[in-house]
Amino acid sequence: MSSRAPVIEVRDLDFSYGAARVLEAVSLSVAPGEFIGIVGPNAGGKSTLLRLILGLLTPQAGQIRVLGRPPREASRQLGYVPQYPSFPRDFPITVEQAVLLARVGGPGGGRFSRLWPGGYGRADRAIALRSLAEVEALDLARRRIGSLSGGQLQRVLLARALACEPRILILDEPTANIDQRLEGDIFDLLRQLNARLTILVVSHDIGFISSYVTRVACVNRTLACHHTDAIDGPIIQQLYGEAVRMVAHRHPPQGMDHA
Amino acid sequence: MREFLAALASQGFLQSALAAGLLASIGCGLMGPYVVVKRIAFIAGGIAHSVLGGMGAALYFGFSPLAGALLAAVLAALLIGWVRLRWRAEEDTLIGALWAIGMAVGLLFIAKTPGYQTDLMSYLFGNILLVPTESLWFMAGLDGLLLLLVLAYHRQFLAVAFDEEFARLRGIPVTFFYLLLLVMVAVTVVLLIQVVGLILVLALLTLPAAIAGHYVHSLGLMMLIATLIGGALNLAGLALSYGPDLPAGPTIILVAGGLYVSSALVSRFLARRRAQLAASGSGTPVSQVSDHSH
Repeated sequence: MSSRAPVIEVRDLDFSYGAARVLEAVSLSVAPGEFIGIVGPNAGGKSTLLRLILGLLTPQAGQIRVLGRPPREASRQLGYVPQYPSFPRDFPITVEQAVLLARVGGPGGGRFSRLWPGGYGRADRAIALRSLAEVEALDLARRRIGSLSGGQLQRVLLARALACEPRILILDEPTANIDQRLEGDIFDLLRQLNARLTILVVSHDIGFISSYVTRVACVNRTLACHHTDAIDGPIIQQLYGEAVRMVAHRHPPQGMDHA
Repeated sequence: MREFLAALASQGFLQSALAAGLLASIGCGLMGPYVVVKRIAFIAGGIAHSVLGGMGAALYFGFSPLAGALLAAVLAALLIGWVRLRWRAEEDTLIGALWAIGMAVGLLFIAKTPGYQTDLMSYLFGNILLVPTESLWFMAGLDGLLLLLVLAYHRQFLAVAFDEEFARLRGIPVTFFYLLLLVMVAVTVVLLIQVVGLILVLALLTLPAAIAGHYVHSLGLMMLIATLIGGALNLAGLALSYGPDLPAGPTIILVAGGLYVSSALVSRFLARRRAQLAASGSGTPVSQVSDHSH
């Protein structure tokens, strides 16, 4: 592991929705440049962990530091791709405008940004279009967002996250709603982006993501990490088979972080 | 129609009725698209009905009913917005309660205010033919304020209306802009009560914007077109009601409702036709076609 300071540091985290304990004594340290897959059963707390790191939820106990700061203060440095689009599909907005919304509140409004705080400038437009080009969705820029297919929408959501110019990319099941053919495309893209970004991705498919990610974090109330380079050759075979269940569900009594 | 135009040229009350209608169209054209895309028509309804409580109290205690309406609307907007953002539970029940309580309070105060019983109908249904000149100035001022706020903050409003969660992650003060939006809707509701009355406020706020939404892909265009449609509906309603001496407010709304239903049918037909064309055309991905048919 790198000796550089971790970009995400989660320590002894507890979280409950009302009386239902979702996460317990979770610790996770993410070094810059890592590509971490978060797997685990449904309702095991994967998405909740992401929302805590994003600062959308507040933990009952424990500490989270993102880029050395509390999550809420760091959220502008994060690019988030939600599992389901959190907007109505029939909203009257073009793809380009939706991606440009990632730039609202930024400093790019130019000379008049103080007088006109909502403004985005030419630089912001360039960033939005570049992000669309990066996910090969530039041809969709003028389409209404409701007219996109599932795979196209997923690319646009990724472009919106990239237009935030994030240091960390956080994705919640980015391929859950698209067909498998496109799943590989998205993950190939993520692998390229990993050259400059730290990536956290929630997935239901440990077999698929372990060929892309550097480390797998299994979340089922507690969290345990497994290095993918440690599970080479015959062990991968094992992981794809019966052992997948073991990795995903049988946790040591304490949440262990092999990092 | 010629009779109406002749009357419009000579009669002052018709001129101010038209001016009131056009001023109200600007307000509802600006705020209606937000109400429609954010799906807060029910919230707007709750605010509109709580207004009657404020009006009734103001009449009883001898203040200006407009001031009472404004105060009640803003309070109701802040209460509903705060409950939705912080409490999250039972939002629709609360809106229903405010709706009923507001009306009940208003009716009680009005019943106990000597001489105002006969005017109740005009607060429920409005009386565009009796809008005093000072109200016109007041409406023009509110329109100007709404326009300034929308111009200054339309991107923040768009971000909050489109995707609250994402806006929050981008550091936009979502609570502030959501509450500001609700207060602006509340102000618009009060403004429209002058023209079409309490019961019909919702229709003028939502129908022109919904009609515009059938055809355009941006909130800004929706605002422009909703304003124009609102103005045209007001003119048409006034003209239609003048000859047979019908009440103007309900006539305007019936015209708006008729246009909305026709537009919904036409846009549905067009969408289906597009889907068919796309399906028969070559090289169109299947996924695109299925999206259109939804």
